[in-house]
Amino acid sequence: MSALTRRTALPLPRELRWLRLAAVWVVLIAAPLWMPLVGGYTDLAARIVVFGLAAMSLNFLMGFTGQVSFGHAAYFGLGVYGAGFVLLYFTHSTPLALIAGILLGGVSGAIIGALISRQRGIYFALVTIAFQEVFYYIAYKWDSVTGGYDGLRGFQRAPIHFGLFTLDIQRNDILFYYFVLSVFAIVAGAMGLILRSPLGRTFLALRENERRARFLGVPADRYIWLSFTISAFCIAAAGALNALLNNFSDPSSLDVTISGELVVMAVLGGIHSFWGPLLGAAVFVVVQNYLSGITINWLFFVGLIFVVVVMFFPRGLLGVFRQRRAA
Amino acid sequence: MSMLEARNVSKHFGSLVAVREVSLTVAKGELRAIIGPNGAGKTTFFNLITGFFPPTAGEILFDGEPVARLTAAERVKRGMGRTFQITEVFPQLTVHENVRIAAEAAAGYGLRLWLGSAASKIVAGTVEEMIEVTGLTAKTERVVGELAHGDQRAAEIAMALALRPRLLLLDEPTAGMGEQETYEITGLIRRLHRDKSYTIILVEHDMRVVFHLADRISVLEQGALLADGTPAEIAADPAVQAAYLGKAA
Repeated sequence: MSALTRRTALPLPRELRWLRLAAVWVVLIAAPLWMPLVGGYTDLAARIVVFGLAAMSLNFLMGFTGQVSFGHAAYFGLGVYGAGFVLLYFTHSTPLALIAGILLGGVSGAIIGALISRQRGIYFALVTIAFQEVFYYIAYKWDSVTGGYDGLRGFQRAPIHFGLFTLDIQRNDILFYYFVLSVFAIVAGAMGLILRSPLGRTFLALRENERRARFLGVPADRYIWLSFTISAFCIAAAGALNALLNNFSDPSSLDVTISGELVVMAVLGGIHSFWGPLLGAAVFVVVQNYLSGITINWLFFVGLIFVVVVMFFPRGLLGVFRQRRAA
Repeated sequence: MSMLEARNVSKHFGSLVAVREVSLTVAKGELRAIIGPNGAGKTTFFNLITGFFPPTAGEILFDGEPVARLTAAERVKRGMGRTFQITEVFPQLTVHENVRIAAEAAAGYGLRLWLGSAASKIVAGTVEEMIEVTGLTAKTERVVGELAHGDQRAAEIAMALALRPRLLLLDEPTAGMGEQETYEITGLIRRLHRDKSYTIILVEHDMRVVFHLADRISVLEQGALLADGTPAEIAADPAVQAAYLGKAA
């Protein structure tokens, strides 16, 4: 009986879940303290959080609804440009830049999602790439608005004014890190709450067995659209944070390479695990940071790590905690 | 009052006619078995009723309303619940989660981010009831993909029941089962029919199961309806014997 030997993922017991949640947040909150001790710096921690959020957003669709997008750089990149447009052309407001990025990426995701939500599997993945290329070429060619190949440059994230006091996230990189982490907390928290709700269980049902879900009365296309849209809004937030982190927006943020890297991050960490993609992003960004200073062939080593992880931890790095052989 | 009525329903796949102008009526509270040799079109007919694909011609009335052009999800909303020939469950989730998803979908909570205590109670009550009816209480927290075939079947039936369907459609519920499992599932179906007065249509190969359970039997052969009647009438029908029972024996 194959059913008896199949590996199955079991959710962790409740107490362990809380412990893991606490551990994740202690590590994240303390990052500015321990990053320098291991040779890192605060902006590197911010990059990890940004790409972790992006990979987790992609994984909302991929790991928890069951449709792979190889074109999620589109909504990440639109978040990058949305934030850039506001800071360069309109106003010196970091919150408005963030909101504009989220709306540009999220609304675009909702529109594209409506066009593709009838596709499944490899066809779904391919049309996501196609639309991403469309956005890439718009950014690349529309010089007068997007700055073309050079992108949008010459803007800076602005300090945030709260009336009585001002958070100078422009110059203080530790304050900026906590700003990024706060946005991460809100967006990741929203995704986590959705996944534990009846809506999240419906997404899970579609991942597990779409035919069964349809015959329980679930209109599958509509829910896949919804998951795609939520995922696009969340990854657009990560994109907007990335623009604030780098103080520029360029077409490489819309590139298919980013899409692929996000999938690699999610798979590295474990796509059936909520926090897995964050760990995957941490590994990816750190390896990239150290090795790209040593060799231009750093991607080779990332590939090597990827192969090793896929061979020995087929459920991803965090997947090992959920892995067990049925009795 | 008829629960389900098929009127001259046909399904063509290219030049192949899988179902040919089948008409039949299933009364409320009835347990109807659909039998026929391999390739007779039983599962195709089943798929037409449940909306897996639309018929090429003909109409299907459910509770007097035409449903032939509705999607599967819309027919589920109107009260059809089905299981599949090859068990369809959510393999990596527990029995409880499987049935809970069904109960939440049926109650229209599939889009909710939050359930109030009243709604949670209704869902929890349905889940507990259906798990108990199908005899899975001891396996509530087990992952369905790990269970034995018979228990996976029972879990699938529990999911269909959690929809609180007015018509339950079972596609070869005993397919691939051993003696003991067949006995248990047959008992479950009989309890659902006798004690809970479900209207049930089932496609089945096992003649002992069919003659044991069915109020009426419809025989399909090469896509067409060959005969329709009580088990005694079907057993005595010379056309059926020639086409089907004779060959099987």
